[in-house]
Amino acid sequence: MTDFLLLAFLFLAAGVVSVPIASRLGLGSVLGYLIAGIALSPVLTLLHVDVISIQHFAEFGVVMMLFLVGLELEPRLLWEMRARLLGLGGLQVGLTASLVAAAAFAFGQVWQVSVAIGLIFALSSTAIVLQTLNEKGLMKSDGGQASFSVLLFQDIAVIPILAFLPLLAIPGLAGHDDSHGAEEGHGAALSLVDGLPEWQAALLTLAAIALVVAAGMYLTRPAFRFIAQANLREIFIAAALTFVIGIALLMTMVGLSPALGTFLAGVVLANSEYRHELESDIDPFRGLLLGLFFMTVGASIDFGLLADNTLVIIGLTLGVMALKAAVLMGLARIFKVRDEQSWLFSMALAQAGEFGFVLISFATANSVLPDDIAAPLTLIVTLSMMLTPMLFIAYDKFVLPRYEEAEPRDADEITAPSHIIIAGHGRFGSVVNQMLLSAGHETTVLDHNAGMLERLRVFGVRAFYGDATRPDLLHAAGIENAKVLVVAIDDKHRSTELVRYVAGNHPHVHITARAMDRNHVYELWGAGCRDVIRDTFDSAVRAGRSVYEALGTHPFDAERAARGFVSENQRTIRELAGLYDPAVPNHENAPYRERARELLDEQAEQIRARGRGAFHERSERGWTPPTPEDVKAVARRLE
Amino acid sequence: MAKVLHIFAHPGQGTSRVNLALWKAAQSVDGITGVDLYAVYPRYDIDIDVEQQRLLDHDVIVLQFPLFWYSCPALVKEWIDLTFEHGFAYGQDGDCLKGKHLMLALTTGGPHGAYSQQGYQHFELRTFLTPFEQTARLCQMGFPAPYVQFDALAADGADHARGFTALLTALRDDTFDFRRAGEAELLTHDTLPLKEGARP
Repeated sequence: MTDFLLLAFLFLAAGVVSVPIASRLGLGSVLGYLIAGIALSPVLTLLHVDVISIQHFAEFGVVMMLFLVGLELEPRLLWEMRARLLGLGGLQVGLTASLVAAAAFAFGQVWQVSVAIGLIFALSSTAIVLQTLNEKGLMKSDGGQASFSVLLFQDIAVIPILAFLPLLAIPGLAGHDDSHGAEEGHGAALSLVDGLPEWQAALLTLAAIALVVAAGMYLTRPAFRFIAQANLREIFIAAALTFVIGIALLMTMVGLSPALGTFLAGVVLANSEYRHELESDIDPFRGLLLGLFFMTVGASIDFGLLADNTLVIIGLTLGVMALKAAVLMGLARIFKVRDEQSWLFSMALAQAGEFGFVLISFATANSVLPDDIAAPLTLIVTLSMMLTPMLFIAYDKFVLPRYEEAEPRDADEITAPSHIIIAGHGRFGSVVNQMLLSAGHETTVLDHNAGMLERLRVFGVRAFYGDATRPDLLHAAGIENAKVLVVAIDDKHRSTELVRYVAGNHPHVHITARAMDRNHVYELWGAGCRDVIRDTFDSAVRAGRSVYEALGTHPFDAERAARGFVSENQRTIRELAGLYDPAVPNHENAPYRERARELLDEQAEQIRARGRGAFHERSERGWTPPTPEDVKAVARRLE
Repeated sequence: MAKVLHIFAHPGQGTSRVNLALWKAAQSVDGITGVDLYAVYPRYDIDIDVEQQRLLDHDVIVLQFPLFWYSCPALVKEWIDLTFEHGFAYGQDGDCLKGKHLMLALTTGGPHGAYSQQGYQHFELRTFLTPFEQTARLCQMGFPAPYVQFDALAADGADHARGFTALLTALRDDTFDFRRAGEAELLTHDTLPLKEGARP
């Protein structure tokens, strides 16, 4: 227990210290984690920690990340990607593997080892690339999309590669240490397909995929609705984790990539109203696990080996990366990824990845790679991952400026739709939403009434389940890119907190908030909202105007008197807002009470003085003719 | 029998004397469609279809308003801007108002003498009304001389109101002499051009 707590503390503390510093220096979180890992490595060695097994555990972060990526990707978009996925991905893996293998062969390796090395370096790091692209907001760019297609293909390709590698076994290496078994990441300890004839295994595999898709489409909604009714956040998180882990487990048991399985499940749920909730529930786990993963990569660098062969190792690392980048650059040309996007694509995917580790240990276990080659290969993979964040920095510093000056960027790369988030879809929020939709705007509705959301979605409203006052859910709903937030939730206190949070953390968002009463107006104003709308005020004013008309006031006079009332009322509210003190009830707040009484007296005075309504003074200013004497005076002066 | 549309526009009816007197007097004339524009559209949300149908349904349109700064009150302008649409009132195929008459009934604060080259308003009243006259011409409508009460703040308005009912009645009964009204400069309660045999 103490050991576990000590380890948890070490890793967490290292991340907490180094990542903010790295971010501050503009290095990105990945480099921060890697450096933290390097700093931790002597301590870990001292404690005899098995870094590699922690790394296998942490790889689950990649599985979660692909689930999240899937959530962002509607099936239609995935289908549109198919040419790139197969063409770009397939060519990248094939070409890189062949070229690296040829190079290895030229360096004197036997052909089996050369092919294995080629395959190992054909793969890139999903973890580093997606994490960095997300962090930099480049996922939607052309280069980002192309990178993602390639990474997804690589994830799929790992499975056949794992099946193929044992065929390369070199007889002389047999009887090698098998302790790592058949790689834990895709550990086949619990297999459903072992020992089955091939056609049955294939059938079972297809059935498993069908199960994931069908469960995603038909089972999750009622299940999540049932869970949502419990109204316990941790149960929803538990359900989300169960879902992701369950799919990963099922995929592993039929011999498929768990990352691919959860990615599929994510795509199936991309249209679900629980999408944002799932996203914000899984995201912290993904972040922590990936962080742990990066730290283990940093910690597993074999500095002894590096010191002994510094030049060779670094030379080979740079060589491999240059080769990969060249292949990617060529493919970018063919697939029309242009300009700075082609640089992004080539530089982002030039490293080897975490699947490289998996393949190396698997190949070693299967007598394909001798130990004395596996160790430097592991080091090269690690170093190439270490260099990736620096390539991203180089991209920002050297590549981007050139293209920004040369020509304006494509419009469709930066057009984010004007985005509106509506928190609360009750009697108030729903009207706002209808108005915005009817004017052709795109809205995202957040509400925690699961039953109502389902009805809404039938009518094509983009509605999501969740508590809008939670920052992580707001983040998942895209508050960073939002233009306007409409706060229409029923709970006064929570709506004030929501306004306070968004006004403080996302000052670019215009907040339109619904106030329940006068004090709520003061509170929302104090929380930073400058567009406060009292929810029943306008309708009450209209009722008052109707009564004016019913009493025989001319409709136009009634309209003007109502407007006069509104501005007078707003004036007093603004004035009294300065005296409002949330800690003291208004009737005990002396300055507030006094000023309110003065304002009332002013009104009464106006009424007495004129013998009519208090707000007539405003309306009488207009169209009041001069007296006949005035007219004569003017005429005399002018004639 | 001609169909007469009487459109009345005064934003400050609480302080109106002569115009309000005209409006009230007009209520007593049968067969006239009366519209208090500021009562129908207190929020300026003019219904174009309804207003165009009103124009189609009538032969003579009488616009009654006080002259504000040498023009009509804002809502009348809004009403013209929206209702006299291209393709309806003018322009390609826009001849829906052809042959109808547009007539103004207005009050001015200044005396008659002010509206002359030597007076302090420096122009004839008709000069200020040329936008309305040309509007009618562009829509192929007749534009009889306007029915005017000068010095409306001093006048008691009773004669003017009585003359207005006579005017509306004559328009309704086809006893109004449009030819003479077209030649006249201005009309007042005692210079109404009625056809022979009509009772004033």
